[in-house]
Amino acid sequence: MTTLTAPVRVPVSIGRRYLAAGTFIVLGLIDIFVFGIFAKRGDAVFALSLPGASPHLPAIHVPGALTSYVLGAISIGVGILRAVVDLPRWGKRLSIAVVLLCFLLSLLAWADAGNTVGPLQVIDLLQGTLTASIPLVLGALAGLLGERAGVINIAIEGQLLTGAFVAAAVASVTGGVWLGLIGGSLAGGLVGLILAIFAIMFLVDQIIVGVVLNVIALGLTNYLYDRVMSPYAATFNSGNTFNTIKIPVLSDIPIIGPIFFDANIFLYITYALILVIQIGLFRTRWGLRVRAVGEHPVAADTVGIRVLWTRYRNVILGGLVAGIGGAYLTVGSVGFFTSDISSGFGYIALAAMIFGRWTPLGSVAAALLFGFSFQLQTELSVLRVPVSSFILLMAPYVATIIAVAGLVGRVRPPAADGKPYVKA
Amino acid sequence: MTDQHEAEPSAEPAGATAATATADGTGPPAPAQPRGRLTGRAIIHAVTEGHSTVITILAVFVALVIGAILIVASDPVVLRAWASFGYAPAAALSATWGSVAAAYSALFEGAIFSPATISAAFHGGSIAAVFYPLSLTAFEATPLILTGLSVAVCFRAGMFNIGAAGQWIGGALVATWLGYAVNLPIVLHAVVCIIGAFIGGAVLGWIVGVVKARTGAHEVILTIMLNYIMYNLLSFLLSSHNLMQAPGQTNALAPGLASSAMLPHVGGPPPQTGVGFLIALAAAAATAWLLSRSTLGFQFRTVGASPSAARSAGISVERVWILAFLIAGGLAGLSAATIVQGQTAPLTTNSYGTYGFDGITVALLGRARPWGVVLAGLLFGALDAGGTVMEAATGVPSDVVNVIEGLIVLLVAAPPLIRLLFRLRRTGGTGPQAVASKGWSG
Repeated sequence: MTTLTAPVRVPVSIGRRYLAAGTFIVLGLIDIFVFGIFAKRGDAVFALSLPGASPHLPAIHVPGALTSYVLGAISIGVGILRAVVDLPRWGKRLSIAVVLLCFLLSLLAWADAGNTVGPLQVIDLLQGTLTASIPLVLGALAGLLGERAGVINIAIEGQLLTGAFVAAAVASVTGGVWLGLIGGSLAGGLVGLILAIFAIMFLVDQIIVGVVLNVIALGLTNYLYDRVMSPYAATFNSGNTFNTIKIPVLSDIPIIGPIFFDANIFLYITYALILVIQIGLFRTRWGLRVRAVGEHPVAADTVGIRVLWTRYRNVILGGLVAGIGGAYLTVGSVGFFTSDISSGFGYIALAAMIFGRWTPLGSVAAALLFGFSFQLQTELSVLRVPVSSFILLMAPYVATIIAVAGLVGRVRPPAADGKPYVKA
Repeated sequence: MTDQHEAEPSAEPAGATAATATADGTGPPAPAQPRGRLTGRAIIHAVTEGHSTVITILAVFVALVIGAILIVASDPVVLRAWASFGYAPAAALSATWGSVAAAYSALFEGAIFSPATISAAFHGGSIAAVFYPLSLTAFEATPLILTGLSVAVCFRAGMFNIGAAGQWIGGALVATWLGYAVNLPIVLHAVVCIIGAFIGGAVLGWIVGVVKARTGAHEVILTIMLNYIMYNLLSFLLSSHNLMQAPGQTNALAPGLASSAMLPHVGGPPPQTGVGFLIALAAAAATAWLLSRSTLGFQFRTVGASPSAARSAGISVERVWILAFLIAGGLAGLSAATIVQGQTAPLTTNSYGTYGFDGITVALLGRARPWGVVLAGLLFGALDAGGTVMEAATGVPSDVVNVIEGLIVLLVAAPPLIRLLFRLRRTGGTGPQAVASKGWSG
């Protein structure tokens, strides 16, 4: 029935090395033949400071088409290198980073070349990337907390949505945004608790519980929104939000300051959670136990780790984290709850977690990639790039498929993920 | 966590308990009990021990009770009545009862039948009107059954298809284009569109299967990403006037289909049951045959039960992944055909609604068995049809129906909870397990 032993080997028809090299070369060719050839004549201008910032950095001017040609050539070179030389692990990672960076810079050079609207606001783009990534990062961390302990959490979407709803309602009724944040987090934790009870106590298939909790969360928030929140919006949906916190000294550093240290509390909470979860999972006794439970619950039980308790705790912790992500969607950004405000972020967070191979830093990187694409689409429409915004919106998803198929390939989940544990 | 009797191809249907055979519409009923005893004592037995049908009925009941609590707790009239419970307890109770009764009787009348139409029929009214709610139920159920089958086929092959929404759009785009851009005679045109929709969905499914088989990429990521790609592709095509936007339109919508491409309605316009419902039933029959009677279906189930065992037995796991996703995509495409060709409304950027995700819940409730999916689709179709009427009649938002649907699936999947709630005795074994999903590594 279940395969606790070695996962199925997928015989990859082309060697993984050549697949990656091929993907690099294709990306390089796109740099040259799409972004290079179709670039308008003229320079691309990247503004490195926000208008009116005190230490104002000069904008960078680069020739549009030529930049893309050079970047494309670099990508093709890296691709050939990858095919010929068996790079060490860090080399492989570096090569992926270089090629992706070349691709993005080439895209930006194409978008802004000869632009009359104005320079590309690099700070805006990166600032927006971070804030757009917050719910994705927190959702992915929530998923991974559960899955590292062996419980699949598809209910991230539902946790974000209930977190957003409760946060908006609590902040509106009490007038306290902090209470909203806590309420949202607790609501996510409650969804986590329900998931845990059904998955661990009643041994219901974890994917079923997750999918169904999403359906129920959507139905319930829509129902309460139509019936209670919307008619009495002054009481229940008044739209309180957190203020921006500028961290002294750090926020004055050019480029880095405005991007990383000039946001509201959610960004700082997210930094803290990434750090705590990364260190916690891989450097503490708690993390070792969690991973043991997720990989081999029988062995963990034998040495005295309480398997079910560990799972309950982690799924609920995950819910609390996702609830904060949900709270961000209302009290951390727009303030108001609207129907289906999470609009599929939970599923993208799920994909980011798998894409990041169930590691905190990998998931964060994948979530940032999505956040960047969302923000890039906004920036490009500001620049009036002559491509339909729908095609631009499609790009991150196409990029993910290419990345997952060409670069990441088969990922290995925790061995006991999705398998209920019944003590013999 | 697979169902022993269906997922393991070697298991004999005769070895199944009566409970499994009833839940599973595909196999012949198992003569586990002597015929004469199937009445009386057997029924009491079934009830006290939590037969799967009994579990389902109780799950629906509990879900409706929770739905009722939601309706009452958010009704201002009822809340005001309860505020003065101390003075007028009877008024509070009757307001509560009145609120629930109004909502649920509207739900019932919208989904099954309305007593008023029957008395009207006796007094010279339309007989068709009596069947109107039922036809609405069938109409709502049609796309859900087809997307449910799509998800179910993948479940049986051990995969999770979150991409029915994207495949639906693939089918809808092809059917729509064939429907307005091609001129064909009357029956042929509709058939060509249906086949086109199947192919449109199947291509998207095929992409997922091939990428998974070639590179090992996970189907959950691939299908989620393809959903978003298709949402945007749909918006792009419908808002570009040199592509698929209706001429002279500023809104994003496609031209209407030629009348020759439309599916005829059975018995005139008012009962809306179209040929689409028959297509859904035919698809269920074909899927049932495929899964339980064909070699390919045997291979699907073997891979679903254990890919490594299937590989050792000489089955090409990659081929099964590709074919299962191809068929799943085709079924989701057919779901689009029943909507695009069954309604006069043109394709818009949100025509796909929630058919894809509802397909997951329908497949789960139907235990990934084709005829189970049909029953689950009908139940959800009834709730959806009734929900619309309820919202119009009483102002209770029809979203409460989605909560009830979710609760039903959750409770059906958790027989121990139902047994606990109703103090049913525990039978030997765990009873029929819901669905064969085995986490990520399948």
